[in-house]
Amino acid sequence: MSCWSKGVGNKPLRYLLQAFNYTIFMTVVWYFATSPSVRVIGEDEAMITVAFAHAGETREACRVLSQEELMKLPPNMRKLDDCPRERSPIVIEATLDGKTIYSKTYLPPGIFNDGSVNLYYNSKVPVGKHVLEIKMDDSVRKQGFNHQLTQDIELKPAQILLIEFEPLKGFIVR
Amino acid sequence: MLVNPVKRTYLAIESWFNLSFGTEWNPIYHLGTLSFFLFWVILVTGLYLFIPFNGSIAGAHASVEYITHDLRYTAGVMRSLHRYASDAVVVTVLLHMFKEFASGRYTGFRWFSWVTGIPNLWTIVTLGITGYWLVWDEMAQYVAVGSARLMDAIPLLSAAMTRNFVAGEMTDRFFILIEFLHLLGQPLALAFFLWLHVKRLSDVKINPPRGLAIGTLLALTILSLVKPALSHAPADLAKVPQVIELDWFYLNIYPLIDIWPEGQVWILVLGITWFITLMPWMTFKKDGAKAVVDLDHCNGCELCFDDCPFDAISVQARTDGAKYEKEVVVNPDLCAACGICAGSCPSSNPFRSRKEELKTGIDMPQQPVDKMRSQTKEAIASMEGEVKILVYGCDHGLNVHRLESKDTKGVKLICSGMLPPTLVEYALKNGADGVMVTGCRHNDCFYRFGNRWVKQRFAGERKPILRGRADRDRIRVHGGSETDKNRIENDLNIFRADLLKKKQAEALAEKSAEQAETSQEGSR
Repeated sequence: MSCWSKGVGNKPLRYLLQAFNYTIFMTVVWYFATSPSVRVIGEDEAMITVAFAHAGETREACRVLSQEELMKLPPNMRKLDDCPRERSPIVIEATLDGKTIYSKTYLPPGIFNDGSVNLYYNSKVPVGKHVLEIKMDDSVRKQGFNHQLTQDIELKPAQILLIEFEPLKGFIVR
Repeated sequence: MLVNPVKRTYLAIESWFNLSFGTEWNPIYHLGTLSFFLFWVILVTGLYLFIPFNGSIAGAHASVEYITHDLRYTAGVMRSLHRYASDAVVVTVLLHMFKEFASGRYTGFRWFSWVTGIPNLWTIVTLGITGYWLVWDEMAQYVAVGSARLMDAIPLLSAAMTRNFVAGEMTDRFFILIEFLHLLGQPLALAFFLWLHVKRLSDVKINPPRGLAIGTLLALTILSLVKPALSHAPADLAKVPQVIELDWFYLNIYPLIDIWPEGQVWILVLGITWFITLMPWMTFKKDGAKAVVDLDHCNGCELCFDDCPFDAISVQARTDGAKYEKEVVVNPDLCAACGICAGSCPSSNPFRSRKEELKTGIDMPQQPVDKMRSQTKEAIASMEGEVKILVYGCDHGLNVHRLESKDTKGVKLICSGMLPPTLVEYALKNGADGVMVTGCRHNDCFYRFGNRWVKQRFAGERKPILRGRADRDRIRVHGGSETDKNRIENDLNIFRADLLKKKQAEALAEKSAEQAETSQEGSR
């Protein structure tokens, strides 16, 4: 009564065709599971990575409250200093052999612009000896870059040269 | 008739697999269940691998190497199976999407299944990504840094995830968080989204045919033995991995992160996601009018409830005071307007109310059973020739009007499942020498179960059955798509020849019986 397909009538041929289909499927799975490969960095390249979190200085200096102002405040909130929360943007620049490789201004995050900036930057550079200079301006109350480091470096293939910053130590190259 | 090239491609692939697997095992018809099966393989192998796996940063890579090389035939093969089954599931899921798209099964009432498929895809891909982290090799490092860069590009997340991956910063705590996500969080999310994905379907199948499952597992095992999955060198956060043998099924966006700013990668990924999500509303196709219950003709037998492929019919206590206990209710939001319920209703009997309008318990406003009866009568009346063949065909298979000739006429149905078996009997009693029913290809019904119910009703396995008095030699059922005209025409010609022979044999038998009777009378 009905003509529901059973595939190729010859059973061995049917199994052979099935094996062929499975082979194609598995070849696709195997090939794209590992290929084509991706070259992430050239054989004669290294990477400079800048990564740290830093809060800029407050935009305005703290002000000492007068006795009169203090008395107006509830007793539990009487702090001698009034420090505005908003922080300065962070301006950062890096050069390699005098050529700028990184230059960016980060605005402080947060509703009141009072958060720490999380910096992450990387750049592929040629291996070998270089002069690295990195500088940062984190205060609108001071003129120019107030943190700076110049260092001779030697980069090996695929090396990651990490630049961090600590407020007390300044820039650290690892 | 023109068939769009995407659908034609799909039908060609489907035909090829029908040829090599038959319709019962055709993987194209089981892409969903095949994906479920692969999930089982991934789950079992994953649990097995969890035993020898060391979940610390210092020990992860070494333990995976131990699994791969020292325990090659006990655990290494399980690792390869875990990986290749994960890759295979991306192929089956993408083919599943392509199939639904090519056959137009993503618009109208199907929007829900289509849209809920998107979070499944996201969960599968992210599950694969976290899986690659756990090996903690160079590829894991590449993926970890890339993922962190993407996360850091989301404006609301202020914590710098990327800084976890500068030399000396990576901690076991973060690694354990990823393990927790991969082993519990994401699999639970996937289970939830899979449940949501099939929520609007009835009689959901999650297991593929046994033969297909065995074949797939065998193929994956052979691949795992011949080409075992290997790791890269251990991750070293002080060095950039130079060359990555990337798994393109899961990690295809990572090379883009090296070229494009992270924000643009997000725009691309989210843009594609939104485009796919909104696809059901990008066509002008509309669902037909939904099924309507007529309580005056419904005795609450529940056959329509049993047959509805989309769980659109529910049963409740009688509300009209009639003597029956139950009545059925159609949920128009779930109704696919397929008419299968009309075909299952015992009241859809054309031998009832012959001189008045035929009313049934549940019917389709756009093609009521009464109209089907009128179309049947008109088609039979318009046929000429020695044998008259009436062809009922669904809207989603071959257009039956393309098969018409002097002695052959067609009646189009929304779905072959909406054909009441008594209408076939009615056609045979009212002048048709043969009845052919064409639906979508077997196992590939646009409305899931239409052609399956036809087959079972005609074989007497499902109510309402085709009664025994209907001559089976005068009935043919044939599944076929728009591109199967020649195949169906061949079958129609054979059917025509068979009917002619049968008719001639019957005429001959009748004549001999008459002659025998005359000679008997003469001898008296």
